[in-house]
Amino acid sequence: MSPDSAPILEVTTLVKRFGGFHALDGLSFHVTSGEILGLVGPNGSGKTTAINVISGLYAPDGGEVALDGHSIGGVASHKLVHRGINRTFQIPKPFLSLTVRQNIEVALAHGRAGVAPPAMAALLEEYRLTEVADRPAADLNSAQQKMLDLVRALATGPRLLLLDELAAGLNPAELDWIAEKIKALASTGMAIIVVEHLMGFIEHITDRVIVLNAGKEIFEGTLAVAVKVPQVIEVFLGGEHAA
Amino acid sequence: MPSILRHLLFIVVPLIAVFAVLPGVYQNHLLLFNFVIFLTLAQGVNIIYGFTGYLPFGYVGFFGAGAYGFAIMVMHYQSPAIIAVLVGGLVGVALGLLLTPLLRLSGAYFAIANLAASLAVLHFVANPALENITRGPYGVSLTGTFNPNDAYAAALVVLTLTLAAVVYLKNSSFGLALQAVREDAVSASMAGVSVVKMRVIAWLASALVAGLAGGVYAWYVSVFYPDNVFSGDFSIFAIVFALFGGVATITGPIVGVIILYGVYNLIGFTTPQYFQLIYGLLIMGLVLFLPAGLVSLATRRGWHVP
Repeated sequence: MSPDSAPILEVTTLVKRFGGFHALDGLSFHVTSGEILGLVGPNGSGKTTAINVISGLYAPDGGEVALDGHSIGGVASHKLVHRGINRTFQIPKPFLSLTVRQNIEVALAHGRAGVAPPAMAALLEEYRLTEVADRPAADLNSAQQKMLDLVRALATGPRLLLLDELAAGLNPAELDWIAEKIKALASTGMAIIVVEHLMGFIEHITDRVIVLNAGKEIFEGTLAVAVKVPQVIEVFLGGEHAA
Repeated sequence: MPSILRHLLFIVVPLIAVFAVLPGVYQNHLLLFNFVIFLTLAQGVNIIYGFTGYLPFGYVGFFGAGAYGFAIMVMHYQSPAIIAVLVGGLVGVALGLLLTPLLRLSGAYFAIANLAASLAVLHFVANPALENITRGPYGVSLTGTFNPNDAYAAALVVLTLTLAAVVYLKNSSFGLALQAVREDAVSASMAGVSVVKMRVIAWLASALVAGLAGGVYAWYVSVFYPDNVFSGDFSIFAIVFALFGGVATITGPIVGVIILYGVYNLIGFTTPQYFQLIYGLLIMGLVLFLPAGLVSLATRRGWHVP
């Protein structure tokens, strides 16, 4: 890991409301190039909302999101993609009636990657989609759809990649395999934010975690330290478990 | 040979050639003209529904607007028919621009709002208070430009351009992006596609097609009333033909028009008393057994259909 330079993404006191509910309530954190940051927290703590705001699906109601020092709050998703942000979805959303190859072609043609993205054949091969390349995405199993979602993101040459529960539902062998892939991506200088419930997976791949509760960060550091912090234990397991 | 060339050479060229030759050997020119108009309108529906998923129940609004754009140019400005047809296309585009806010709706809501919009345009045009401009409900008579042979040729040109546009969509990353937007707008934006821009372009392109078709229709028939050129039959027929063949393909809407409009006229000539019964059963059968159109018979076997 090399958090030597200025952060690529800086989130400052971010607020997102849905009616009266504050999904994000003053969230602040940063991530640097080449770093893998974990976002953890109980259900409803605001992890996916944070990803949705950063990737432009929602405009923030307060606070700031800055990419390379420039505010990007409220900028349309496709423009953020052109500026180097991409993501996967908790439930993969491929273009079901298009073939796997066409799914990737769309992103290669319209992603306007800053650096040349990997070639189609390399992407298919690397994420084990060559066999199914000419089948409609609807025919894929859920693990394959997740990989297609990831490849769609990578085809736009992101500098900041947001992974929303990519590992959920993968078997142990697939988990080890994808963990190595994610680490390899970070080693090329890509900043990666991982939202995940599988703590073993988080421990294995992240350099640092942010623990969220009720739309705010309550801890920042390594997971090994986080699990000893009473406040973190309290939000995950309930008050009686905190020493 | 690149597939775009193959599609032009083996689908567009033969179809246009057949319809260019047929008037010389078949006497019912009006029927041939109607075939050309429906081939055009079905492809116009294909552009907006097949590639973006918006079902335009009020598609005839653009057609009627194009017809009246033609009529006004001829009546008030004594414009040559060709110019008037182009203006008809532009009127279609202008109406499309006016209706772009409808694209915020989806599914049945879009279809209903589009239907309502086409009725609004009908009643606007047919308003007796506008008699000086549109002749209101009393209809127009454009004897000065009457020339069925030229109008038929113009209709063939419009059909050729429309088919070329669909061939382009089928073979370009632009068309692929449109289909991506249809499948999942959020994922499409995450592939870097400007969703709003794509939808508006497809919408205006299909409005242009209907506007031009309306213009040549007005040229060909030369006498018509608002109820003729704003008849809901145009929308319904164009949609049913496109769906029957299968949308998001080049050949689907062509096959749909040839078979369904062919059967329609065959029943009309031979057994008009069973007309609606047979036609209704045919459409019900389609919806029940082939919701993705005739081309799905091939695609579900893994065959590629252009």
